Amino acid sequence: MSEPMRFEFLSHTADAKFRAYGRNLEEAVANAALAMVSLMWDYEKIESRGKETIELRSRSLEGLLVKFLTEILYLLEVKGFLLGRVEAIEIIQPISVQSEETGAGEYVLKALLVGDNHPERYEMISEVKAATYNEFRLEIGPEGVELEMVVDM
Amino acid sequence: MDLKKINDFVWEIPKSGEMKVPARIYASEKLIELARRDQTLQQARNVACLPGIQRMSYVMPDAHQGYGFPIGGVAAFDLEEGIISPGGVGYDINCGVRLLRTDYKESDITAKRKELLAEIFKEVPAGVGKGGVTKLSRNVLKEILVKGAEWAVEQGYGSAEDLDRTEERGRMKDASWEFISDRALERGIPQLGTLGAGNHFLEIQKVDEIYDAEVARVFGLEEKGQVLVMIHCGSRGLGHQIATDYIELMEHKFGFRNLPDRELINAPFKSDMGQRYYRSMCAAVNYAFANRQMIAHWVRDVFKRVMGSAKGMRQIYDVCHNVAKVEKHTVNGKEKLLCVHRKGATRSFGPGRQEVPEVYRGAGQPVLIPGSMGTASYILVGTKEAEELSFSSTAHGAGRVMSRNEALRRFRGEQIRDELARKGVELKATSWKGVAEEASAAYKDVDEVVRVSHETRLGKLVARVVPIGVMKG
Repeated sequence: MSEPMRFEFLSHTADAKFRAYGRNLEEAVANAALAMVSLMWDYEKIESRGKETIELRSRSLEGLLVKFLTEILYLLEVKGFLLGRVEAIEIIQPISVQSEETGAGEYVLKALLVGDNHPERYEMISEVKAATYNEFRLEIGPEGVELEMVVDM
Repeated sequence: MDLKKINDFVWEIPKSGEMKVPARIYASEKLIELARRDQTLQQARNVACLPGIQRMSYVMPDAHQGYGFPIGGVAAFDLEEGIISPGGVGYDINCGVRLLRTDYKESDITAKRKELLAEIFKEVPAGVGKGGVTKLSRNVLKEILVKGAEWAVEQGYGSAEDLDRTEERGRMKDASWEFISDRALERGIPQLGTLGAGNHFLEIQKVDEIYDAEVARVFGLEEKGQVLVMIHCGSRGLGHQIATDYIELMEHKFGFRNLPDRELINAPFKSDMGQRYYRSMCAAVNYAFANRQMIAHWVRDVFKRVMGSAKGMRQIYDVCHNVAKVEKHTVNGKEKLLCVHRKGATRSFGPGRQEVPEVYRGAGQPVLIPGSMGTASYILVGTKEAEELSFSSTAHGAGRVMSRNEALRRFRGEQIRDELARKGVELKATSWKGVAEEASAAYKDVDEVVRVSHETRLGKLVARVVPIGVMKG
């Protein structure tokens, strides 16, 4: 049996829009990260030399996912880290977490990213400037999760 | 949508519903058809609903759909009642263009063309995630954010004469680093002095046609075949992160329920949040000015080494095309200060404006409009009429018409390289896939864009330039 589709690109003139799939929210979010990095490098070719542990918080789920993709851009630019795969990912809904600052509920994303800190070893394709709320769509159904996002190029 | 044709190049969406002012689009029949295909017109209409907007929501001839505001959108807001919006500036703050003239003619450099391009490619860091050669300390970065290109000149990159021929003299005075996140600062540190990738490029060009010899001479363009260098890049990860941060902060502070589109998130200009974004944006503008100042310096160094001299390599101008600025304009017969958002639009001040460098004040400011990779670029001059027409703004480039995905399916980078070589254009790039994405067929016809600018008097034609050597990030 062939592997299920992780993501596909949809039509968008100026920027890049993708739809990521998953059996659950976490898997769809991990695939969204791979969709974004596929614009910049071939993640399947990235060797597993390094890892990054991240923990992000946001008051909205959309905000959290934008933050997650932004974090991957940050890791590239500041640490030269190229994401190869999302080893583990957990998204915690706000019921159980309270923000110390505001008291409002926060979403939390914890992930372990595996990749390589040697960008010079790979062919780089194009630059993603930012993850956006543009045409954001998240559908959580019994069959699985679909997540659409646009990244600014 | 109710779109009225006013004349061959002017279209209007009359005020209706929540719109505070009408929207006006400068386009030919051909270009308006392209604008109809995506959300450009709806976005122009949405912008017209924002508080404090003055006169009209304007759309330049090269416009296409953007984040909230269209790319090619111009909107000016009252300082007291109006807003400032990160989506009205864009993610790449002070993405812009710098143009250098030379005393060389094409025939002077023919034999050394390959070497020149290869050396520039070596000197100017480019490509995705590529860091610069200078490792900055956080304190030096902060100084750069405040001083912009002035800092670079102090460090020996170029001369004060370059500053005289840069918008804002390369330094926005309202800049502050105090309201910029650690993340944004961290992204700014490794990337200073880098070109980046995507649509950013550096070209060795030659003058192909001069339309206005008098103005051309004032700008330093003397004859056909004269060699020029054009640099197109922005504020890199620092600017992108500032935009991302403030979109989130403003959403938390003000919410987006009252907006026609979430992406129009904004803050009152005079509010604490509005001022924090404005001053941080100014800092990113400065970073981009310093960035282009350094790259220009390296290009001159290469000419010096390869050609024996960089004599006459004077800067013609440096323009921002993603920015919000406080400028004086006349609305309903009254002069007032406004916050003018230009997102994918170039300022086009005409003769007499104080902001225009003294050497150009009699003619109007140079407007630099880069084409897509390997095609013509244009030099225009700002006009007095543009103040009334578009708060002194015109187009900024060609504007995409085809998605990157589609371009990747249709073109191959190596094939584009060979085609350019047949036309006598040398190409160096960090990625062939990246080249395919930027195929000129994926862009609008820049000739048509500048024709509309010229006919409407948003900016008048001065010269057409074509590439000899292209370096793509």
